[in-house]
Amino acid sequence: MKPREFAEQTGGLGILTGQAFLAMIRPPYEAGLWIRQMEQIGVRSLGVAGITTVFTGMVLALQTALSLPTLGIKYYIGSVVAKSLVRELGPVLTALIVGGRIGSGMTAEIGTMKVTEQIDALRAMATDPVKKLVVPKLVASLVMLPALTVIGDALGILGGLVVATLTLHLTPGLYLNDVFDSLNLGDVGSGIAKSFCFAYFIAVVGCYNGLHTTGGADGVGRATTNTVVLAAILVLISDFFLTKLFYILT
Amino acid sequence: MPEALYEIRGLTKRYGRKVVLDGLDFDIRHGECLVILGRSGSGKSVALRQLNGLEKPDGGSVVFDGTDLAGLEERELFAIRRRIGMLFQSGALFDSMNVFENVAFPLREHSGLSAPEIGERVRHKLALVKLKDVEGKMPADLSGGMRKRVALARSLALDPEMMLFDEPTTGLDPITSATIGKLINSIRSELGVTAVVVTHDIPLARRVGGRVALLADGKFRFIGDWQEAERSDDSALCDFLSGREEEEDEENVA
Repeated sequence: MKPREFAEQTGGLGILTGQAFLAMIRPPYEAGLWIRQMEQIGVRSLGVAGITTVFTGMVLALQTALSLPTLGIKYYIGSVVAKSLVRELGPVLTALIVGGRIGSGMTAEIGTMKVTEQIDALRAMATDPVKKLVVPKLVASLVMLPALTVIGDALGILGGLVVATLTLHLTPGLYLNDVFDSLNLGDVGSGIAKSFCFAYFIAVVGCYNGLHTTGGADGVGRATTNTVVLAAILVLISDFFLTKLFYILT
Repeated sequence: MPEALYEIRGLTKRYGRKVVLDGLDFDIRHGECLVILGRSGSGKSVALRQLNGLEKPDGGSVVFDGTDLAGLEERELFAIRRRIGMLFQSGALFDSMNVFENVAFPLREHSGLSAPEIGERVRHKLALVKLKDVEGKMPADLSGGMRKRVALARSLALDPEMMLFDEPTTGLDPITSATIGKLINSIRSELGVTAVVVTHDIPLARRVGGRVALLADGKFRFIGDWQEAERSDDSALCDFLSGREEEEDEENVA
């Protein structure tokens, strides 16, 4: 990417952010549209988010026990699984998997509308495409991605429990005690705050790429790919800085 | 109403280094139908998109009923766009909505009418474009001509005083094109709307045109009524008109 394009895109994302938040707080609030998007973005991503975190929790439990076979380490499996899931893997993996799904969906939908003049038609009928299309997707993402992350964390911890009891012969009580002893409010809060930021990146990138799609079906394909890549990169890079920030704060 | 509905002065639009519109000056009078002819890529659609502010000019002014659109922000344009209907080249129906919802869309957004009133208005607009029993269909299930007519009904939903037609017959067969031309005429006579039609379809231009303008190299090579156009010895205009003569004959036979 040339520096000029990079500057344009960064500026464009910033401008869209401003427009979207202004449109969000300005009445009327179209709750119907928001709820439909929450269903589309949140409820329908539940399966994929659940599978991701359940298996991550199971793998975490297994890897920890097997790679650190020192006596006694298995009694701390609960805290290893819980801390790494809640602080790190839950938000990031959910954002990567669910973000790929919903971000590409946003770009494909809005991009198709763009190349078939439907966005222009909205504008010509005195309707703001940002208010009508971007705001519901942004609101739904900001609400649903943290929600999915919390559900995913819980499922992941349960996945770890299954492995801990069946393979490593811990009692469920021992495992869960360790989980609840180790987790504090800072862990949970930082995880949710992270997924909030990720949701913002995914929604704004997805919508921005859609609104700037040119060049027919081919262009929609390119824009969609770009969204998946850019959203994933933004999630991973921002994760590092957010992690540093939250360790300073907590 | 003596004054023109639109006064356009020095309208300039560039894409990068390419000058698409090079200082256009023209008026659009109340109740007239102005046809803008031009070859593909001559910038006639760009010119049309300046008339409701979908694109901003790089220079000059577009004064609609006393307001210069060039100086307005997107949100300030909304009040004006409610008075201006636009029919897009592809129809631009929302393909997630059925026909009824498409036509009802601007009414639900802006009219403040109750649901039964909206239903009434939608049926009336669909009747205006000679369509019935299609309300439940999705745009994907419609033919090209029907899609254009639904789009026309939608653009008329808010009773605009101005209509913009972007290549209304592109992609349609000659007979359907003729129907669209007739519809434009009947709508204009029934509703008294002012219209601008951008096209390269000469039979359509003859059918609907009051005045005609030829856009080439960012300027109007010609602007005037049809009698003047026929008598004109401007080579570009003659070529453009005669290049389509045969097709028009074919259509009359059909």
